[in-house]
Amino acid sequence: MIELKDVHKEFVNDEVVTKVLHGVSLKIDNGEFLAIMGPSGSGKSTLMHILGFLDTLSMGKYYFDNKDVSSLDDNTLAKYRNKKVGFVFQSFNLLPKTSVWENVRLPLLYSNEKINSKVIEEAIKSVGLEHRKDHLSNQLSGGEKQRVAIARALVNKPDIIFADEPTGNLDSKSGIAIMSILAGLSRMGKTVILVTHESTTAKYAKRIITVRDGLIVNDEINKDVIKTENINGQLK
Amino acid sequence: MRIDFQIWLGTLQALKRNKMRSFLTSLGIVIGISSVVIIMSVGAGAQSLVVNQIQGIGGDLLAILPGASDSDGPPAAVMGISITTLTAEDLEAIETRVPEITAAAAYVRGIATASWQNKTDDTSFLGTTGNYMQVEEGAEVIVGNFFSEEEANSISKVAVLGSSVAETLFGGNSDPIDQRIKINKEFFRVIGVMKERGTAGFQDQDDQIFIPIATAQKLMLGINYLTFGRAKVAQGSDVDFVIKEVIDVIRDRHNIDDPKEDDFSVRSSESALDTLKSITDALNYFLGMVAGISLIVGGIGIMNIMLVSVSESTKEIGLRKAVGATRRDISMYFLIQTIVLSLLGGIIGIFWGILISFLASVIANVLGYDWNFIISISSIIISLFFTLIVALAFGWYPAKKASSLNPIEALRYE
Repeated sequence: MIELKDVHKEFVNDEVVTKVLHGVSLKIDNGEFLAIMGPSGSGKSTLMHILGFLDTLSMGKYYFDNKDVSSLDDNTLAKYRNKKVGFVFQSFNLLPKTSVWENVRLPLLYSNEKINSKVIEEAIKSVGLEHRKDHLSNQLSGGEKQRVAIARALVNKPDIIFADEPTGNLDSKSGIAIMSILAGLSRMGKTVILVTHESTTAKYAKRIITVRDGLIVNDEINKDVIKTENINGQLK
Repeated sequence: MRIDFQIWLGTLQALKRNKMRSFLTSLGIVIGISSVVIIMSVGAGAQSLVVNQIQGIGGDLLAILPGASDSDGPPAAVMGISITTLTAEDLEAIETRVPEITAAAAYVRGIATASWQNKTDDTSFLGTTGNYMQVEEGAEVIVGNFFSEEEANSISKVAVLGSSVAETLFGGNSDPIDQRIKINKEFFRVIGVMKERGTAGFQDQDDQIFIPIATAQKLMLGINYLTFGRAKVAQGSDVDFVIKEVIDVIRDRHNIDDPKEDDFSVRSSESALDTLKSITDALNYFLGMVAGISLIVGGIGIMNIMLVSVSESTKEIGLRKAVGATRRDISMYFLIQTIVLSLLGGIIGIFWGILISFLASVIANVLGYDWNFIISISSIIISLFFTLIVALAFGWYPAKKASSLNPIEALRYE
């Protein structure tokens, strides 16, 4: 479970202080499918970065599984990113000229455990790309690239998946497929946190919060959740 | 320090992804290391050539040179100065008055055009004394005789031919003994032919004609001084002590009381060897330093490419951090790349260095030099050690720069 209590975030650049979050409090239960919405510059990405251990907060408290993780050092943050969360980015961020298999393996390189090929195969299979595992990243379509990114996010079996505008670079058909996979993950019990400014994308989530000027201005249950089908029957 | 196999693997894959860049990055190190290996090998080969030349003259030999010189510095003759103070009588006195000197020979040299019938040979003559044969190691007459001490002092017109001069003039078919050959404007009777000896003391011993010292001085050159003298020290003698005795004899003959006024110098072949070794060593160190500079330039090349690589990989660094890479993982990722590229360059450089040094030795041997192909293990170890130092020194900064990138900014980098 995630809990933020009165979280503030400010950036100092050349002595200019920019306040981005002005006291955000938020609780997210395990297995929730949550969308964070808001216009550009509202602070939604900063909120995701703090939740995803990519950044630290300036003030307030952050509890992860009832543990205070408000002020972790660099190495511990890296460990949390490796074990507890997975990221899916708008621009896929795959390693260039590298196979699907090697891309999915990437987070395992930074965990202290022995790499198990089976785990990688399973992650690739779960997004329906087992037939493309030896293809290079530049040989894939946009939708396939994003599926590789999801497999990569899943390979370390994290509790939470963060998806930052995951359909932003995709055509509508691929976008629907990706959202179906994310919805499937949620049904499997993963917490999925989606950051988007598109209301159509947000409608896949069961809960939508709206951030504006560094504050949560709306937090509601989405009654019109878009129903999705399982892709390739892999994610149930 | 933990270096995971997986991190190594990932790093090697990154290098494989950019084959051309990896090759170009290593090129500087390849050139630098091969230069170091070549210079060390060629330097050692040249030194052994020099040592063999000096040893070819014979050990336990003193050189008596006209003109004063520092015992470590070059003799005056090197500067093109003719000094007329040393005479054949000095050498005779050394031989008779210093018991540890078993034989002393006087030498004068001149240019000669020798001819017999319609054949001519541009060569040189060496005017020397009868005991040349006792002084010079390896000197042997195969046909006829060498001239005696009496002949040497009596302006007799007899000549002993070096093997290649005999070959040029008589071609191996005619017997040269008792033939009259013309040296410059004078006729000489051939009384002997020397056995082939090759090069010693940087002089082709076979391409010269031996004539009596008095003949050479008075008839051919019109001088009464020597180019130099050589004296053989009895085995087991204290060479330094003998040198002092020789100096005392010549000072006495030249009426010199103050050593500062010495008009001659005496050196042992050992000290000549030491001098030459110290000169070649200094040259090798200097050239090694120049090669070392090329290694540093290679290192700077690696650093530049790695900085470009860090800049190009900014987004990838952001991604790696996002999936759990620590600062140390990222810096290791780039440092390992530098180390692998440098070591790869180093190994290729050593290979090329050995190959080129070997070819150089083959060419030198074809050209007639007794050149040894020498590759010391220490030169390879030193090269690899410097490669590693260069890799660590020049890889550190790009690695640090990469590891300190903020993951969010790195991910947003376009």
